[in-house]
Amino acid sequence: MVTYKLPHKEFFAALKEGKLLGLRCNDCGAYTCPPKINCNECASMNMEVVELKGKGEIKTFTVMRIAPEGFESWVPYIVALVQLEEGPNLVGNIIGVDPDKVTDDIIGKKIVVGWQPPPPDLRFCGPIGKDGKIQPGGIAMTFSLV
Amino acid sequence: MRKVAVMGVGMTKFGPTEKSQVELFAEAAMEAINTSNIKSKDVQALFLGNGLGDFEEGQLNLAGFCANELGLPPETTAMRFEGACASASIAIRNAFLLVASGAYDIVIAGGTERAFSMGTSLATRTFAMGTDSKYEEFSGLTFPGVFAMLAHLYADKYNVPLPKLKERMAMVAVKNHKNGAKNPLAQFQKEITVETVLKGFVVADPLQLFDCCPFSDGAAAVIVTTDEIAKKHVEKPVYILGAGQGSAGSLCRQKDYTIMPSRIVSAKQAYKMAGVEPKDIDVAEVHDCFTIAEIVLLENLGLFEFGTASEAVEKGETEIGGKIAINPSGGLKAKGHPVGATGAAQVYEIVKQLRGECGARQVENAKIGMTDTLGGDAGSIVNLIFGI
Ligand SMILES: [Zn+2]
Repeated sequence: MVTYKLPHKEFFAALKEGKLLGLRCNDCGAYTCPPKINCNECASMNMEVVELKGKGEIKTFTVMRIAPEGFESWVPYIVALVQLEEGPNLVGNIIGVDPDKVTDDIIGKKIVVGWQPPPPDLRFCGPIGKDGKIQPGGIAMTFSLV
Repeated sequence: MRKVAVMGVGMTKFGPTEKSQVELFAEAAMEAINTSNIKSKDVQALFLGNGLGDFEEGQLNLAGFCANELGLPPETTAMRFEGACASASIAIRNAFLLVASGAYDIVIAGGTERAFSMGTSLATRTFAMGTDSKYEEFSGLTFPGVFAMLAHLYADKYNVPLPKLKERMAMVAVKNHKNGAKNPLAQFQKEITVETVLKGFVVADPLQLFDCCPFSDGAAAVIVTTDEIAKKHVEKPVYILGAGQGSAGSLCRQKDYTIMPSRIVSAKQAYKMAGVEPKDIDVAEVHDCFTIAEIVLLENLGLFEFGTASEAVEKGETEIGGKIAINPSGGLKAKGHPVGATGAAQVYEIVKQLRGECGARQVENAKIGMTDTLGGDAGSIVNLIFGI
């Protein structure tokens, strides 16, 4: 039997407590985050759950002006791809920056990782429960400039 | 492996329609069957690309309904292939592999979709299901968002000033609309200017309306068979020389996605199997879901050096009559993008180009053609190479 070391529910629960968890590979040393069943670099399952520093750098971004259904109340909002100090990339929202004023200069800026709840009443985002609604628990990762 | 050919091809006009997905597919498929000079009963398998049919019409298990609609016998294998926007190309690649292996002699492969009819908000939401629904979707990321970030990444990596890159991206749209204006099946048959693109509203910075392909309804289908059968039924069989497919995970796993590993391997497989090199390709139908996407994929396919494709666009090297004709059909941008049908429409165009049947948009002397189809944020990539 194989047991998933860090399922998404536990990953999100830790993030809500301010801890960014990931997995360190005992074979190649690489970090995997968000979690997977095996190492993102060498596919080894010889990994342990570790707390990451939650720090990184912005690789790229966009300001969303046309939202998918459910996210209209957020417009305009910034989505970014960041690289963590430990190596992996994350997708999330840059917060604390005015979307109308952000420029390319933000690429390369240092950030810390946090989280925010998604907009309420999403219809199609994550697993659907017995009540026909999206099951709560999913959150967006956020990036704040340091 | 047996030598595999495409016989007849069929396609509906792309754009808004009142017809159902089964009705659309039936039109495209019967055209493919009729122009192959075969009967419905001759088809042994139906491989259907479809992305979001369940959301569009509340209809699952479309393949069986399509098989019955066409009058295929009960022993027909009918199944749906889903790989987001690459669905039909996956269906056609599997048809190719299974005909090559001897499992089937005649397969109809294609796709159908009614994405336009959903409306922009729901379509954007359901399309975004192609991104990671655990770790990325809660940020409100959409496909325009993915490619908008790619544009910033590209500008930053290759030191192309963003306004310059934006202008070159606009030229991709201008070229594809120019080609689409000559395609009677295209959703948009109207030329535009760089100014049109740069005046559009912003969807996801720096992408504006005309940097994005439209939501579309439509279907396309092709008959895949053996060399021997094709020669008996049609005058100009077009051969599938090579096929490749690659996969990838969430956007965050892909590191620097100006170089998409799934596309690099897929193209390499296809070139190797076909025994050709990028320089041998005369015409390509590629996945220009966004203008920046066309620029990046031209480099990933090895058709242009990394960092140089935007300049090549500016120089006109990707126009019909240029170094290599890219998207003579108008591409996803002008011809339209009915997700699950897109790959089959690309194959439709390449087959017609290699047969010399494209009229005003004909690429002269086209001997080797290629398709490139991307599903999700590069989660599925298929490349097919054709020859005569
Ligand atoms: Zn490892």
